[in-house]
Amino acid sequence: MTTTTGTAARPLRVAIIGAGPTGFYVADHLLRNTGVAVEVDMFDRLPTPYGLVRLGVAPDHQKIKFVTNAFDKVAASPGFRFFGGVDFGKHVTLADLKTHYHQIVYCTGAQTDRRMGIPGEDLAGSHPATEFVAWYNGHPDYRDCVFDLSQESVAVVGVGNVAVDVVRILCRTPEELATTDIADYALDALRKSRVREVYLLGRRGPAQAAFTNPEIRELGELPDADITAEPAEVELDPLSRAAVERSQDRPTLKKVEILREYARRPVSGKSKRLVLRFLVSPVELIGDDTGRVAAMRLVRNELYATSTGALQPRATDRFEEIPVGLVFRSVGYRGVPLSGVPFNESWGVILNDKGRVLDPGTKQPLVGEYTAGWIKRGPTGVIGTNKPDAAETVACMFEDLARRAVLEPAHPEAAAADAFVRQRQPSFVSYADWLKLDAIEVAQGRAQGRPRVKLTSVEEMFAALGR
Amino acid sequence: MNIANILARKGSMAVTVRPEQSIREALGLLDHHNIGALIAVQGESPVGILSERDIVREAARNERFFTLTVADLMTRNVITGHPHDDLLTVAHTMTERRIRHLPVVDKERLIGMVSIGDIVKAQRDHYQGEVDTLQTQLLAGERGIAH
Repeated sequence: MTTTTGTAARPLRVAIIGAGPTGFYVADHLLRNTGVAVEVDMFDRLPTPYGLVRLGVAPDHQKIKFVTNAFDKVAASPGFRFFGGVDFGKHVTLADLKTHYHQIVYCTGAQTDRRMGIPGEDLAGSHPATEFVAWYNGHPDYRDCVFDLSQESVAVVGVGNVAVDVVRILCRTPEELATTDIADYALDALRKSRVREVYLLGRRGPAQAAFTNPEIRELGELPDADITAEPAEVELDPLSRAAVERSQDRPTLKKVEILREYARRPVSGKSKRLVLRFLVSPVELIGDDTGRVAAMRLVRNELYATSTGALQPRATDRFEEIPVGLVFRSVGYRGVPLSGVPFNESWGVILNDKGRVLDPGTKQPLVGEYTAGWIKRGPTGVIGTNKPDAAETVACMFEDLARRAVLEPAHPEAAAADAFVRQRQPSFVSYADWLKLDAIEVAQGRAQGRPRVKLTSVEEMFAALGR
Repeated sequence: MNIANILARKGSMAVTVRPEQSIREALGLLDHHNIGALIAVQGESPVGILSERDIVREAARNERFFTLTVADLMTRNVITGHPHDDLLTVAHTMTERRIRHLPVVDKERLIGMVSIGDIVKAQRDHYQGEVDTLQTQLLAGERGIAH
């Protein structure tokens, strides 16, 4: 064979697993290279693309979702195809892909949540925050979840952006939510919500809280929820004060200032109350006689400095109990191993070096297998952080192509891959199909003054496509 | 972002030596792996760090340089990081104390090393990502998207 892979006569064929932001950034970096002819097939287990932009980003944060315009441009490139509703490990295996592609990139994100590891965690009424998020965003796998919104008190454990989204959705009025693209069934359930008090619980102090200043400001501007904080908990402890002053960290100083103002704010009698707590960790969920969460036992923490100066929490011997009937945990996320792909259990990511998947025995790169995004480095950063991350992986892919270290598929033709997917999953959704669904959702939304009305089940989507 | 996020995409463990190994062996390791520092370990715990600087300083003034061992040259008071240490603090401490390599330890076991280069790259990517996301939102605002 004399033809070189990566030329018009024999394009580099790449399979991307996962149609979230990272998958699109990888596709973009691959297709943008004018020196190499590339064809990209993107697979997702769901019929719809965009990953967490559609199913994670909060419905009241439409600006963030604007990034999908850039993804649609990538999808319009010649050489890009989408196979939605095709599950890696079920419809197609690694061995299948190796017979059709020169390179495979895993961009499957961090799909599962970390547990708190405390007694009572599995009582009825205790949920991963991500399930609630997937539910209100219309994720087909979570549309049938049930959350007991008849409870008056709710605790959200964690202070990252998922936790902040959850408390904000719980505190918004139905009228506010009705102008978003929240799933219709979630809007109905939230209309009947009797939630009055929402706790947001951070294990460290205000200076270490992961939420950003715009996020925490937004919580202070909710039309029908008063925000409050314990005055003693928003004051900086000596270690935090020294750290902030040493690093001249203005955003953190500003954050603490905002929180102190919340602690001083008088309660104005709005129908809901959002309570920010710091330096506390749940140690037990206490159930009632029916096995439902009735209260949460908290331990007060203090901070200590590690040898690098980072501040970590340590439990004291002071405890308290708060009555709560519903608990959402958001204390970290990790990736889910993919069938046949080496996994690094310590970090919850695919075993990799700069995006090259490694053999667990030799620690040497496996030819033709790559990873990018949260499943490569762990769940951190904003959507855009995945762009430089994807660029790093794609640079490795082109380097390896130049060294001819790529897979040697038996059927490296776009038509062969298409025929094979059709055989395994005849009802896959193409990008053209998705654009039809998108237009239907947007049209239905326009009629109601909303960005879109989401189709939330695979059956609905197929029906809309006339199948 | 914390140290764990850097280690997650660095396939290789930190390269280690034993304190009793010769300087020639240590140089061989630095050259072979194309790196700037070695961690001296006893069992699984780090007991010292040997950097290019330590080597240059000694080689410049000691004719009997090649008779020495790692233990003769290594820095013993090693500052170590923990996987959960946040990057901003670590970056600050490394800059302030002029540390280029930070062994990472979990439950007294060496689990990896991050260099100042790793940290600078992670921070650059982080800021690039934030700029990108903010630009997208600004653009959305210009197109009349409210929230």
